[in-house]
Amino acid sequence: MAETVLMRNFERGNSHTLAVYRGAGGYGAWEKAKAMEPAAITEAVKQSNLRGLGGAGFPTGMKWSFIPKNHTGPVYLVVNADEGEPGTFKDRYLLERDPHALIEGMLIAARAIRSALGFVYIRGEYVQPWRRFSAAVKEAYDANLLGQGFDIVVHRGAGAYICGEETGLLSSLEGKKGWPKIKPPFPAIKGAFGQPTIVNNVETLCCVPPIIDRGAAWFAGLGTKTQGGTRMYSVSGRVKRPAVYEAAVTVTLRQLIERAGGVTGTGRLKAVVPGGGSAAILTADEIDVTMDVDGLKNAGTMIGSAGVMVMDESVSIPEALLVLARFYAHESCGQCTPCRESTGWIYKMVHRLVEGHGHKDDLDTILDVAKRGAGTTICAFYDGAVGPYISYIQKFRPEFEALIRK
Amino acid sequence: MMTPSDPQVGATTSANRPPTKQAGLADPAPTIRFSGEQLAEVRRLQALYPDRRGALLPVLHMAQDTFGWISLQAEEYVAGLFDLSPAHVHEVVTFYTLYFQQPKGRHVVAVCHNLSCYMAGSRDILAHVKRRLGIEVGETTDDGRVTLQSVECLCACEAAPMAQVDERYEMNLTPDKVDRILEGLR
Repeated sequence: MAETVLMRNFERGNSHTLAVYRGAGGYGAWEKAKAMEPAAITEAVKQSNLRGLGGAGFPTGMKWSFIPKNHTGPVYLVVNADEGEPGTFKDRYLLERDPHALIEGMLIAARAIRSALGFVYIRGEYVQPWRRFSAAVKEAYDANLLGQGFDIVVHRGAGAYICGEETGLLSSLEGKKGWPKIKPPFPAIKGAFGQPTIVNNVETLCCVPPIIDRGAAWFAGLGTKTQGGTRMYSVSGRVKRPAVYEAAVTVTLRQLIERAGGVTGTGRLKAVVPGGGSAAILTADEIDVTMDVDGLKNAGTMIGSAGVMVMDESVSIPEALLVLARFYAHESCGQCTPCRESTGWIYKMVHRLVEGHGHKDDLDTILDVAKRGAGTTICAFYDGAVGPYISYIQKFRPEFEALIRK
Repeated sequence: MMTPSDPQVGATTSANRPPTKQAGLADPAPTIRFSGEQLAEVRRLQALYPDRRGALLPVLHMAQDTFGWISLQAEEYVAGLFDLSPAHVHEVVTFYTLYFQQPKGRHVVAVCHNLSCYMAGSRDILAHVKRRLGIEVGETTDDGRVTLQSVECLCACEAAPMAQVDERYEMNLTPDKVDRILEGLR
């Protein structure tokens, strides 16, 4: 049932080495792409219906086509390896187990957008993945795969969730605090160091070699009408076998939970976070959704980074919200007032509720504060926080009300 | 004008620091200066970016590895290497969680407290670590051995509860496993 595309090399011994990658046909797609016109590569990626797998789900080929055609200066390719969305761990596996797939994807993408320099921004805490990936880059240089018109700089972050937001990442790459930038201009017009830049997630770029290798139609055929391929679902929480599972994007949430061995704890499902901490929560009777971008959008939530966190009946939803509210209060970059202030207020109010000191108006106040700030900020961080604030309270209101004594 | 090629750059104390000598106190900070080899590495890193300032985060990592933490003096020194104001470097250092603005222990234990780790019992793990070390979150043991942190998602939720111990991810923690890990930290 499960097509293995992205995780095809994971079980090979020393899958992180160039020899093993090449032995499995690696860099064959790059050989093929070298004979293709850049526009033909972009067109293939468009036809494949590949959509960004970092969170926003934007069509990748379309993004690439936004690089101005008449631009004569440098164009940069930036890889977002600042994995930080709660519940997500897929990019760590790719960096550690198949780093050459990312390098090959970068080579092909760079040819498509005519970039001579790529940056890979790896979260600071990922020391081992950073070492692994850096070693693979060195191998690629020694084998003359890199340094022949395309170079890669591996860059370590320093601990800030907001740097996973693409313009926050660019600020950080430029040696600044990771404040997101106002769009437009979008990075494809004015990105890193003021030049046209494409920012793609690790997993997104790892899809590119198979698309070139096996064809856009094959990749598109794995998915839905609006999204091609497979993706890596990080499944954790109260399941028997928490792990990363690859599946076509047509898989349902119920099927994924079953693949992970089913619900542990009480064995009775209560709720699921389908797409990382910032996704609105789904109740136990809402899990027959397909796990593609549009499937979850239609269900009122989002696929985001595909981090699935499963909660059984014994998990307290108010406490789960408290954990996330603390996260948003801590990680708000402080640039926009609605986000900076609301994340702090809401954390305090949820804390008060969980401690048993809540007021009867608190729930409506939280909902009001959450809604007023939505859509008023520079980046999507606060909108991501609003998803859990509102959905946890609306879908599990009696559980919150039970904590209020007066 | 200071240039990054001058090894003395940044080592001087700027006017905005408190006049410790005049207060009758010896300057407690050790000499903050990279070796010639490290300065060559700084220049190599700076040359990788279209604007050398791109190398600021990597050079701050180097500074922390070399000096143990990022003091105001280290910020000034690094600012000099980039021809930036110390205020800019301070703004960067204070923005990111991995730069320490005070001395840290020889080891750092960072217990994840986000959702999947919470569901897997990270509160009990953190309480156990606190009890074993006799310190609270944000503190360092008296012997300078371990600094304890409670941190946001480290993205290893498949192995919850987990913690980062220095550069390693320690997965599927139990109290017994925590004890063995802590015993191994010297």
